[in-house]
Amino acid sequence: MVDMSGAEALMHSLKNEGVNEVFGLPGGANLPMYDELYKSDIRHILVRHEQSASHMADGYGRVSRRPGVCFATSGPGATNILTGIATAQADSAPMVAITGQVPVEMIGKDAFQESDIIGMANPCVKYSYQPRDPSLIPQVVKNGFYIAKSGRPGPVLIDIPKDVQQNVAPMTFPKNHNVRGYNPWIKADPKDIESAANLLLSANKPIILAGGGVIISQAFAELSSIAEMLVIPVVTTFKGKGSFSENHPLSLGPIGMHGHAEANKIMTEADCVLAIGTRFSDRSVGTFEEFERDLSIIHMDVNPAEIGKNQTASVAIVGDVKDSLQSLAKVLAVKVVKRQETEWLKHVQETREYWHENLKIHPGEMSSHHILHKLRDVLPPNSLVTTEVGQHQMWASLFFDVISPGTFFSSTGLGTMGWGFPAAIGAKVARPDVPVVDIAGDGSFNMTENSLATAVLEDIPVIVFLINNYSLGMVAQWQRTFYDRRMIGVDQKHCPDYVKLAQSYGAHAIRAESLDEIERALKDALSSDVATVIDIPIDPEEDVLPFVAPGTSLKDMILPS
Amino acid sequence: MWSILSILVENKPGILFKITHMFRSRNFNIDSISVGVTDDPNLSRMTITTYSDEKQTKQIVKQLDKMIDVLEVEQLDEQRTFYRELAIFKIHISDANASMEINKLAMTYGGKVHNVRSKSVIVELTATPHQINSFEDIVRPFGIINSARTGVAAVERSTS
Ligand SMILES: Cc1ncc(C[n+]2csc(CCOP(=O)(O)OP(=O)(O)O)c2C)c(N)n1
Repeated sequence: MVDMSGAEALMHSLKNEGVNEVFGLPGGANLPMYDELYKSDIRHILVRHEQSASHMADGYGRVSRRPGVCFATSGPGATNILTGIATAQADSAPMVAITGQVPVEMIGKDAFQESDIIGMANPCVKYSYQPRDPSLIPQVVKNGFYIAKSGRPGPVLIDIPKDVQQNVAPMTFPKNHNVRGYNPWIKADPKDIESAANLLLSANKPIILAGGGVIISQAFAELSSIAEMLVIPVVTTFKGKGSFSENHPLSLGPIGMHGHAEANKIMTEADCVLAIGTRFSDRSVGTFEEFERDLSIIHMDVNPAEIGKNQTASVAIVGDVKDSLQSLAKVLAVKVVKRQETEWLKHVQETREYWHENLKIHPGEMSSHHILHKLRDVLPPNSLVTTEVGQHQMWASLFFDVISPGTFFSSTGLGTMGWGFPAAIGAKVARPDVPVVDIAGDGSFNMTENSLATAVLEDIPVIVFLINNYSLGMVAQWQRTFYDRRMIGVDQKHCPDYVKLAQSYGAHAIRAESLDEIERALKDALSSDVATVIDIPIDPEEDVLPFVAPGTSLKDMILPS
Repeated sequence: MWSILSILVENKPGILFKITHMFRSRNFNIDSISVGVTDDPNLSRMTITTYSDEKQTKQIVKQLDKMIDVLEVEQLDEQRTFYRELAIFKIHISDANASMEINKLAMTYGGKVHNVRSKSVIVELTATPHQINSFEDIVRPFGIINSARTGVAAVERSTS
């Protein structure tokens, strides 16, 4: 036992968890922590808005699969990080957010910069702590990291009153977590695995639907070995995009609102789906009635509460999906050697070819299709890609093939504009050895573009691939399609000029108006050691198609005319 | 379908908020709720009753189970459960006759009569929600001035 202040114990505990960098912005209520941060060798990455600190921690967490850490002061600092916490929760990203709070005796008195952040964050954290005694901090941090990264990962909030940071107490640093009401390690039942194998083998038109859970548990090899063993097609949810290499012959890409036409088509024809680590979100499966046809569903998930939440399963397999897939592969290996080419597979391949030939795409050279193919051609396969939210995100879903599994990240659950750029910065901090690109829309980039200051001053050279239609394009598309072109609140009126804006931050900035210019700009950016914004003007009227309108089923997909 | 859920939770500040908040944010309804500390001062037992279909009830159980401060959740079988609710009624009395009648009714339901005044009487009743409802229906014509109910508390009867 040693005597230490709460803040000192916090830094000690963070070091014990292997934390080397934190993202944040100081204020009155977290100054004691910052003073200890000053003395420690943990790198502090200063943001210009706390929302970006939480998104950076999120990007860091998704890439490293260790909780990203962000710091904010009490009150407005804490409320500013809330969007990032909610985003991490919606996408199951590991994060530990640490906020300052007013001193214990001021809590509940509407003190200056007091907010009930624990109450506000309750529905969007995996768990939260507000230690009221400094000696609790070591155990709280230990438990917090364990909760954030285990089972279905998520954000943990630790809110520390200022006096608890300052006061000195005897500290012991525990080796183990103690969270008795939490047992994330459920092992799949062998009986369920057996039933799943039999169901898959007796199906005529089986399909695999891979969700974000595959990426979280890094079950890439297991997924492809099962797909190959059974020779069945793989579709993904948008969150599961890139869980299966998209240049694999069995890959059909994402289904859903903005899924590939062939993926949606084949999904509606299948008679048995092996759904892995997905919650059957409305964005992925449209209306659920569609799934009530004669279809057997095998649902694998780490979280028992996902089973039957949105969709009833014929067989449910609860447990870490990597483990479950390994067990399934073992059982299948005894039953099949290698499947022959089936009628179903032939049909799948024909459907894919048909849609590849017949989908009319926007004719212009600078259409999203060409732009994103160019990006794919130039980027090394192991590059990490984040996106913002909007049309560009859905074009990325449609036209940017993820080759190296687990290298694509997007705010798919909450759909947070402004997420991609700071998340890219966090990703680059976690993996400085690979290129990191944010596929951005101008509206989204505008929301957190001040993180350019962080990228430049902290030497974090990410690339912003800005598909610029000078409008809130996705909303504009909906207004064109569903509101008879009554366009309101979507025109960004060519303001700001992103090249000048980026330059004012000291970033590298290039406007690219042809495919050749894009290629040159990208090569330039890849070899640059400073953050680069590539501003790519496009036709503001280009739509994302195919499109499954909300409240309809995958069958009712709207296609380009 | 009416179901009784028995939930063992950490006895921590804010736990009631967390549990009820889960019901609100996931669009479930609480019919009644009661909480009290158990023989172990670190643990509280909550009894929550709900009206929901079978699928919803299963989801409620799983969502509760997922919560880190929840140690145990059980959906109790009504037939094998001892459950009671406390209700207090302040009932208007117009004359001595009414007073006598209410006394008799309270006795029939196993209740106790307190605080007899010239204009009102207080009845304390510990019974199943169903019995309390039926008592309430019967005394309504006298005029219920005020009433309060605690929500159900329940434990499973011995299984052997
Ligand atoms: C924080 C936030 N506010 C509003 C929205 C609603 N929204 C979804 S897409 C979109 C437009 C996005 O515009 P932009 O980033 O320019 O991308 P584009 O659609 O033009 O490619 C908006 C406003 C959102 N998703 N997030």
